[in-house]
Amino acid sequence: MDEVLVEVKRLRKYYFLQRGLFSRRNAVVKAVDGVNLVIRKGETLGLVGESGCGKSTLGRLILRLEDPDEGEVRFEGRDILHLQAEEIRKLRRDIQIIFQDPYSSLNPRRRIDAIIGEPLVIHGVAKGRELEEKVIELMKVVGLRPEQRFLYPHQFSGGQRQRIGIARALALQPKLIIADEPVSSLDVSIQAQIVNLLLDLQSEYRLTYLFISHDLNLIEYVSDWVAVMYLGKIVEYAKQEVIYERPIHPYSEALFSATPSLDPLEKSRRILLEGDVPSPINPPSGCRFHTRCPLRIDLCEKEEPQLKERPNGSLVACHVR
Amino acid sequence: MEKVEAFAELKKNKTAMAGLLLIALLVLLAIIGPSISPHNPLTPDPIHRLQGPSWRHPFGTDSLGRDILSRVIHGSRISIIIGLIAVSISLVPGTILGLLAGFYGRRVDEPIMRFMDIMLAFPAILLAIFITAILGPSLLNTMIAVGIVYIPHYARIVRSTVLSLKEQLFIQAVKALGGSNLRVIALHIFPNTIPPIIVYATLGMGTAVLQAAALGFLGLGAQPPTPEWGAMLSEGRQYIQIAPHVAAFPGMAIFTLVLGFNLFGDGLRDILDPSLR
Repeated sequence: MDEVLVEVKRLRKYYFLQRGLFSRRNAVVKAVDGVNLVIRKGETLGLVGESGCGKSTLGRLILRLEDPDEGEVRFEGRDILHLQAEEIRKLRRDIQIIFQDPYSSLNPRRRIDAIIGEPLVIHGVAKGRELEEKVIELMKVVGLRPEQRFLYPHQFSGGQRQRIGIARALALQPKLIIADEPVSSLDVSIQAQIVNLLLDLQSEYRLTYLFISHDLNLIEYVSDWVAVMYLGKIVEYAKQEVIYERPIHPYSEALFSATPSLDPLEKSRRILLEGDVPSPINPPSGCRFHTRCPLRIDLCEKEEPQLKERPNGSLVACHVR
Repeated sequence: MEKVEAFAELKKNKTAMAGLLLIALLVLLAIIGPSISPHNPLTPDPIHRLQGPSWRHPFGTDSLGRDILSRVIHGSRISIIIGLIAVSISLVPGTILGLLAGFYGRRVDEPIMRFMDIMLAFPAILLAIFITAILGPSLLNTMIAVGIVYIPHYARIVRSTVLSLKEQLFIQAVKALGGSNLRVIALHIFPNTIPPIIVYATLGMGTAVLQAAALGFLGLGAQPPTPEWGAMLSEGRQYIQIAPHVAAFPGMAIFTLVLGFNLFGDGLRDILDPSLR
């Protein structure tokens, strides 16, 4: 099971904001700044962090929806950042995405069969009768009724739309699916259905997920590994059981202490952080968390900590712990 | 499915229905008119010139004694055709330019849109006069001139729609699936630009008829004896004090057609533009 599917090294993506027409002083948003990650085959990597920390950007970079400025992404050992256009097209069969918003991710003017069948048409996998059969099969797999294929997206509920999005992502039998907050815009009751569907599909097709979310309970439920992101950087990367049991980085610790527990007897040791998340435009020097960290020392302001392995196998970027 | 809903929505919208009724009436007139018109619109009858409305000539006669009712009826065909052709002339290139500018951005966008800005910098009627002056005065050239003048309007509307569509997730999804640019534009972006185009084209029909009439009024459009409403209005101007009906009836005809298209276009916008719901 320990076969590596995706390896991300020193990945970096900056956005340049132009302040005004004649202004030379451009602001830089460091959305993803030197990220290292490993995703293993058949497992789920949960990526958590506050909104705006660069989680989604990281997903889009791996999918090649956006071009990174620097770094390396290896998929099955192959560098995918320097591919020709035609090879990128082929890569699309292996990596797919499920979007957060099931409303804007489906073209309102296309019928469901056209939406789900689109990947098959694009890659010339099936057409005519065969295409129809495959679409029906996919709809059954995600729990939609085949006769619904003649309807339009607006005739479906949010949960059903997300199922359509999942069917579309599954159509080409990808190896990796990037689930970008796939349930956070759905009702809680529907969330469980969709998450369970994703987990069932994972065991059936041996899928690998990069599961992006800010919902810690959800991440605990779905992930094998967890990466905690703060302002464009991974601060802690560990096995799910390990990090939920004992987070090491002060940010992870504060984050996990914020999840409400179901056990009323368990004492809440909530760690409250001071201040807000600094803007990713010109983020703090040194360790990006030092402005809010309860444990900060002088070194934190000056030097950026690197991810280092700890005795329990976690990778943590912190000078103090 | 969607179309049925849109039509039901349309029926509820009184503005749109009133506009549609006016347009339908004039289109009907244009189709069957020439066979029911009481007189030949081109035959002069100098003895009965400048007569006021009567049973024989319900709209009166013009300076050459031609029956104004017949001329107005025949003119409906011309004006509607002018509207359709002029709008198509601006619609097709405008949409293509807008799609290209919006989709490809920067290097394609800048030259196209700056050129459109240059065209927009001229007052519409002045540019139309300029173009007809080059092409020579005729009905066809009027349509071409009016069509060219309004290309930038369509280009801008389509471009702005494309810009907002481009950020939609379903476009990103097609890209993530490996869909080609052509596929994204033709199957995903273009169909979603149709509603605003329809609305603008409907409103544009009214403007085009008005512009063509203005050119006709200036003597640059349809040449005599063609019963074009604008040209008829211009002719009647000389007699406005002794025989006001000569100018009034073609004027009212223009008014009715333009009003019809504007009402219908406004109503359509309410129905098709989800942001106004």
